[in-house]
Amino acid sequence: MASIDDSGGGGGHKKGPGVKKAKKLSTAVDMTPMVDLGFLLITFFIFTTTMSSPTTMQLYMPKDTDKDEDQNKAKESGALTIMLGKNNVVYYYEGQLLPDGSNFKTATFKDIRGIIIQKKKDVIAAHVHDAGCTKIQEEARIGNPKLNPPIPPDPNWKNACLDKDLVVVIKPDEDATYKNTIDILDEMAISAIKRYAMVDLFPAEKLLIQATEGK
Amino acid sequence: MPSVKIPKKSTFVDMTPFVDVAFLILTFFIMATKFKPEEPVEIKTPNSVSTRELPESDALQVTFDSTGRVFFGVLSQKDQEKLAVIRHINDTRSLGLSEAEMKNFVRTPSIGVPFSGLKQLLSIPQEDQKNFKQPGIPLDTLGGELLYWIRDAVGTFSGKKLQYLIKGDNNAKYPAFKQVLIAFKKNEIFKFQMITMLEDAPAGSELSIIRNREKAASH
Repeated sequence: MASIDDSGGGGGHKKGPGVKKAKKLSTAVDMTPMVDLGFLLITFFIFTTTMSSPTTMQLYMPKDTDKDEDQNKAKESGALTIMLGKNNVVYYYEGQLLPDGSNFKTATFKDIRGIIIQKKKDVIAAHVHDAGCTKIQEEARIGNPKLNPPIPPDPNWKNACLDKDLVVVIKPDEDATYKNTIDILDEMAISAIKRYAMVDLFPAEKLLIQATEGK
Repeated sequence: MPSVKIPKKSTFVDMTPFVDVAFLILTFFIMATKFKPEEPVEIKTPNSVSTRELPESDALQVTFDSTGRVFFGVLSQKDQEKLAVIRHINDTRSLGLSEAEMKNFVRTPSIGVPFSGLKQLLSIPQEDQKNFKQPGIPLDTLGGELLYWIRDAVGTFSGKKLQYLIKGDNNAKYPAFKQVLIAFKKNEIFKFQMITMLEDAPAGSELSIIRNREKAASH
């Protein structure tokens, strides 16, 4: 200890009555305030830190084109149209919308994944092999390392073209929120839908949504 | 009878290890914290399963909040590039900004005023801009003023690969998003990245099966 011991001075002369004896000082410091401060700062940094870093989601939009031959024609059997209404309600129909609107159905965001998966199963079941299919299989077998991010060779390349007729058309209504739009695009990623498009509603569909929402 | 003497124990605890741990944790949090430049609006982005990382540089960011106000920002590590963007816009839109105001733009993370109000916004120091209520960049079905912001920024960065970020609020309506997309599309830009928060792919879904397979292959 770094303190001077004054007791061993040979017991020399005695100090007078007014002279106080120097106390032996302890060098131990009370660390409690320091700990307090330390934890205060920790709390501050815990609250200000955002641990989850944001990610980004890719979206490719088609070029607006008026020419009919430029537009991708979707096979009717493989088409699923999903419309987003207000209050997180989803409407959908398969193939073409019937004139009487009888195949226009209502669903929720919880149900829609099951509907997409079911549609995919139906399309795969109805699949017929053709020349275009062989090309898709070949592309999947090789992969594409040049792209960013690169596409690795698919070990299941034989199945790569089974769902090639499946196309999901997403049509958000004016009352749909941005979250709904992102959620439905996310469903495409979750169910591995390769072909989907985001387009505007037809007037007939708008009327049906308005009728269902009771406006 | 001899009394049993209980030794007087000291209540003093050595706090040194405690302090050590506290400051170790403190150091960790100081290192892990990244202070973001203050945005004029708070945006709660939706979640997605996408795992792509957010670029920090060479990107244009369009933000829209729940009320449909639109903001525009340039993400660049170099102040010189940002300065070039505002110079270009100042020339093409003949805004008559002073040199100091253009320097202020470099420090401003995003702009949400019409061109007519830009001079007023940039005359306010960056620290005080949060008190200035920004009405948002005017938009319509033809792209509005956002169209010119994008065009001029892209023109300044010519030759560089830019990324286009869209950051929207959960409660924003679809038309706001659509109008932002139109402004990009009119500039022949069709590839976007939407800023989202990461969430896990639902168990049993096709995506989680694919991801597990890729993970197994890389090990």
